[in-house]
Amino acid sequence: MRKILIIGATSAIAEATARIFATRGDALFLVARNADRLQAIKADLDVRGAVRSATATLDVADFAAHQAIIDQAERELGGLDTVLIAHGTLSDQGECEKSVAALRREFDVNALSTMALLTTLANTFEARKAGTLAVISSVAGDRGRQSNYVYGSAKAAVTAFLSGLRQRLAKSNVDVLTIKPGFVDTPMTANIANKGALWAKPDAVAAGIARAIDKRRSVVYLPWFWCLIMLVIKHIPEPIFKKLKL
Amino acid sequence: MSAVGTSWGRYPHARQAVVPLHWRDAALPASEGSVLAYGNGRSYGDVCLNDGGTLLHTRGLDRYIAFDPATGILRCEAGVLFADILDFAVPRGWFLPVTPGTRFVTVGGAIANDVHGKNHHGAGTFGEHLLRFELLRSDGTRIECSPTQNVDLYTATIGGLGLTGVIVWAEFGLLRIASPWMAQETQRFANLREFFALSAQSERDYAYTVAWIDCAANGDSFGRGLFFRANHAPASAAAHAPRQGLLTVPFTPPFSLINSLSLRAFNELYYRRAREGNTIVHYEPYFYPLDAIGEWNRIYGPRGLLQYQCVVPPEAAEAAVIELLKRIAASGSGSFLAVLKVFADRPSAGILSFPRAGTTLALDFPNLGAATFSLLDRLDDIVAAAGGAVYPAKDARLSGLRFRQYFPRWQSMLPQIDPKFSSGFWRRVME
Repeated sequence: MRKILIIGATSAIAEATARIFATRGDALFLVARNADRLQAIKADLDVRGAVRSATATLDVADFAAHQAIIDQAERELGGLDTVLIAHGTLSDQGECEKSVAALRREFDVNALSTMALLTTLANTFEARKAGTLAVISSVAGDRGRQSNYVYGSAKAAVTAFLSGLRQRLAKSNVDVLTIKPGFVDTPMTANIANKGALWAKPDAVAAGIARAIDKRRSVVYLPWFWCLIMLVIKHIPEPIFKKLKL
Repeated sequence: MSAVGTSWGRYPHARQAVVPLHWRDAALPASEGSVLAYGNGRSYGDVCLNDGGTLLHTRGLDRYIAFDPATGILRCEAGVLFADILDFAVPRGWFLPVTPGTRFVTVGGAIANDVHGKNHHGAGTFGEHLLRFELLRSDGTRIECSPTQNVDLYTATIGGLGLTGVIVWAEFGLLRIASPWMAQETQRFANLREFFALSAQSERDYAYTVAWIDCAANGDSFGRGLFFRANHAPASAAAHAPRQGLLTVPFTPPFSLINSLSLRAFNELYYRRAREGNTIVHYEPYFYPLDAIGEWNRIYGPRGLLQYQCVVPPEAAEAAVIELLKRIAASGSGSFLAVLKVFADRPSAGILSFPRAGTTLALDFPNLGAATFSLLDRLDDIVAAAGGAVYPAKDARLSGLRFRQYFPRWQSMLPQIDPKFSSGFWRRVME
């Protein structure tokens, strides 16, 4: 049985992953902004078989509140061995191009808050020489594209941070998993019309996350074919890339 | 977001805006024109379509709310699939109180169409097992309905085709079972009289009864079929694991693969190859044989299929079913799976509920255009003369006149309908 903290627990991918954990009888501490929605998810996970569950509200941009939430998770679950960081916002690229305040807000939520949480958690897990830190980054972080490079660069920062953290914590038996979903059909992407064959359901991505955690993987693209797509995109020479409209 | 949508029959096509719902505490999204809740799109015709308006997709409302393992009472959001409930409940020793022939329906859809199954004679419709539900109306009010609370809306919403608002969550009782297995007995019958006799003598001792009838047969073979009766098997029963979901129809062929030739051959084979006697089968192939073939509706080609399910009252049943089958056989059209079942005389909970005392016959026809529509109109003549009814959940072409004959209490629906809610079906039959 795992004792799992989920940050951003009301995101569709996090909720679908939590259902897998609950069904197999793990203990869950759920954190997000909206108390009512956390309650709805908690009730669902309890019915599905979560051996223990509790919730707390947090705005991840409130960095000063991070430590207290992690302590609360430890108390409620009687320990902590797995963390899934899943919060994020799909940045409004246009707004971020006009407003430095918007740019900073996006980086606070999508990059810095994640790194801050990981800094605290890493020190705890490193000292215990055990645990799993699973973090949802994005394929968007593999190469900046004009359509969403603010979101992409925040995720690129997270990906690079995780890479270094993994190397450091490998010496202490702590797993660090970088999760790179492609297009996922969730409320966050509800405004995008014409979802084609590349779009995955949250359930499928969640199954991939649970599997990657169990198998102690380092980096996963979900669904897997995104590693091929990004391989191609990463290797398009700049003279050509500049002319594309990705 | 606007999308062309179809229902399970792939006829008709409708163009409507689509807005997903995700949270049970959220207000209905703003939209122009009429709205309609849409679950998993397994009704056949246009009760789940809203051409020119908006569909509120409810699959995102898929959370459990509470389950009491002592009583089997489950409360969940309305977008939960029956398939998910089975995955959850069967290992815990519980089963759906009533299930239709596919497990890919949502709880909300099951209520809105007041679905029935092979246990109607003992268990009634799904609505009969409903303890309460919450309705979200377009004016933002939330109304809890039960057999003793807001009764008018309760009876209007069960079988109410989604017209009274969005069903947000529901609570109902599950059925205790001892194993996932079914003890089934198969018997051939040579004619309809034998079918009615078998049905009558099986009702007391078998929870589930249904028959397949060879609707392509004529002459001496007319009215022949197979009678299936079953009970949930005791814990001691065990057989091989089910093989499900192996096949999917990968694309829509340019024309219907169902024609008079393939139909006659299939029916002949199905009748002859059936093994009589007792078997133990897993509940999945027993209740949901067609769910094993993903997207089976595609075999009817790009024009889709038209389902026709009617019920005719007991005193007229035998004569009416004979007349219906003769009319179908004479047309050269017909159905792979013509299903016959006797409904019990137990009042359904909803104003527009379809099940009522009598015999129900369900058939599917490839959509061949005017010829098919004209055949179905002729079948309506027979059903109406017998004092029967047609199932809206499977309909795409019923006239307003026939609808009002089949559902004489339709006017008591009107005050309960949410003014912002409508469907393709409703506009058609109210014309």
